[in-house]
Amino acid sequence: MRELIQFRNIVKEFDGQLVLKGINLDICENEFVTLLGPSGCGKTTLLRILGGFIEQTEGEVYFDGIEISNVPPYKREINTVFQRYALFPHMNVFDNIAFGLNIKKENKDVIKQKVTKMLKLVGLEGYENRAVTQMSGGQQQRVAIARALVNEPMVLLLDEPLGALDLKLRKEMQVELKKIQKEVGITFIYVTHDQEEALTMSDKIVVLNEGEIQQIGSATDIYNEPENEFVAKFIGESNIIDGIMLDDYRVVFFDKEFECVDYGFHDNEPVDIVIRPEDIDIVDVEKGMIKGTVKSILFKGVHYEIMVETEHEDLKVHTTDVSEVGKEVGLSFFPEDIHVMSKMAAY
Amino acid sequence: MIKNKTGKFISNVYLIAMLIFMYLPIIYMCVFSFNSSRSLTRWTGFSTQWYERLFSDYTIGEAVYYTVLVALLATIFSTIIGTITAIGLSKSRYVIREIITNINDLPMMNPDIVTAIGMMLLFASLGLEKGFMTMLIAHITFCTPYVILNVMPKLRGLDPNIAEAAMDLGATPFQALIQVIVPQIAPGIMSGALIAFTMSIDDFVISYFVTGNGVKNISILVYSMSKRLNPTINALSTIMVSIVTIVLVLINVVPVINAKMKNKKISEEGNY
Repeated sequence: MRELIQFRNIVKEFDGQLVLKGINLDICENEFVTLLGPSGCGKTTLLRILGGFIEQTEGEVYFDGIEISNVPPYKREINTVFQRYALFPHMNVFDNIAFGLNIKKENKDVIKQKVTKMLKLVGLEGYENRAVTQMSGGQQQRVAIARALVNEPMVLLLDEPLGALDLKLRKEMQVELKKIQKEVGITFIYVTHDQEEALTMSDKIVVLNEGEIQQIGSATDIYNEPENEFVAKFIGESNIIDGIMLDDYRVVFFDKEFECVDYGFHDNEPVDIVIRPEDIDIVDVEKGMIKGTVKSILFKGVHYEIMVETEHEDLKVHTTDVSEVGKEVGLSFFPEDIHVMSKMAAY
Repeated sequence: MIKNKTGKFISNVYLIAMLIFMYLPIIYMCVFSFNSSRSLTRWTGFSTQWYERLFSDYTIGEAVYYTVLVALLATIFSTIIGTITAIGLSKSRYVIREIITNINDLPMMNPDIVTAIGMMLLFASLGLEKGFMTMLIAHITFCTPYVILNVMPKLRGLDPNIAEAAMDLGATPFQALIQVIVPQIAPGIMSGALIAFTMSIDDFVISYFVTGNGVKNISILVYSMSKRLNPTINALSTIMVSIVTIVLVLINVVPVINAKMKNKKISEEGNY
């Protein structure tokens, strides 16, 4: 796939504070890329640099091979869906969507045709004359998406667009956004702090923290092979344990040696070990690799979240089996469930 | 129940008393503008002679002309200057915005006489000849703060991303300003312009000190005439009150009618 956008060593400083610390990132054509990270990690800043609303302190942005730092936002082939939609309240749905086309002085019939097509794409046929202020959050969201897409941009930027919607609507819109992206076949760059949203929709996830990229990869890569403790903790739930890598495929933690599938570390290197709660099975005491006592049980709907107290650290287990507090249990997992990561560099 | 009823009665009486207190002098003036004699206290019969005299009096005509012209020009200029300043302020840093808004409030709280003498001295020291231009400049100056004061709150309520959204969709900053920002702060601009217009029309103190060369507005003219009682003033005032009343009624009624028409249109189109 062709690389459409390239960030080269992007640094952004606000009042002496480094918000982005040298971002290097390539984004390809037709990709659904998610910038994922906690609030204040710099993801929105990066998006706004690409949109042209703020300027980076250092570094270059290439769009289709051309440096665009000095191109004003209205000349970029990029459109944005803003966090709180930023619809024009003095215009109806039709005029909101037609705004970009009217600015370009397109033919009235062409505008009508394109707007109608967009309304169909976002499922708002017949809403042309509705005032945007009289619409629900979900509908306003759709208008904002249509308003951006009608200009046929090469890239659509979405800044936490589903943040204001309720859970059910958010899930529906996630599926719909993915569908729309496939239908129009352009690059979507999506900013969110919701890891589940990122996992559901993205072709590529970029995990950011404190202005630095932590990991770039597909949803499965990021979930199954987190590169460091931050990614492991931020994406999904995890037990993170200190351990020592003896040599390839052999790791020690909880004073015990385990077989694993990781290799390529130094001998006797201190490492972080991730075991996802859903990968741990509760078995009889004598069959367990680790022994412990059930400390607490929380019902989470689909599964129970059980905290098991061991001699070393408490471990979190997700299971559909019932257990009871105070019961002695054994814990068991497979070698491939143990994921070994290098220790994070100390800040 | 009884208590409520008496309470309501008292509040109605109070309201009516207030209205009488405010409007009786105006009604009295209107009625006596049709008096057939010169007396301002004794009704002698209906006539329109004071209106006839008003329209044939050249100095009055000239004063009306200057008043309206200055008011219109001052409104246009102060509205443009005030709106641009307000938009600029809304984007500036907090400290600068606070300082400027406080400086902006000062001339409104200052007694007119201070502003008037200040302006007079300024024009004199600059060597400007007092007349129409100095009066216009003075009016623009004292009207602008009211526009800023009216536009600022509208800007504060604006979605901060809205101008960015317009530019994102291909609008230049100027197009974004005209097509997106201005329509949304239009009520603030309108009320600012209306206040500027009324402030300019009924200004006496400042105009009196900064004008010259025979340029008089209505207030100055009326002041010079009030020593010799003359019902043409009543006629002139009645016409002004009528114009203001009509304008106010239009301003309040037209948006309501518009909204009704729009709703009707939507509900008709909605039936498919």
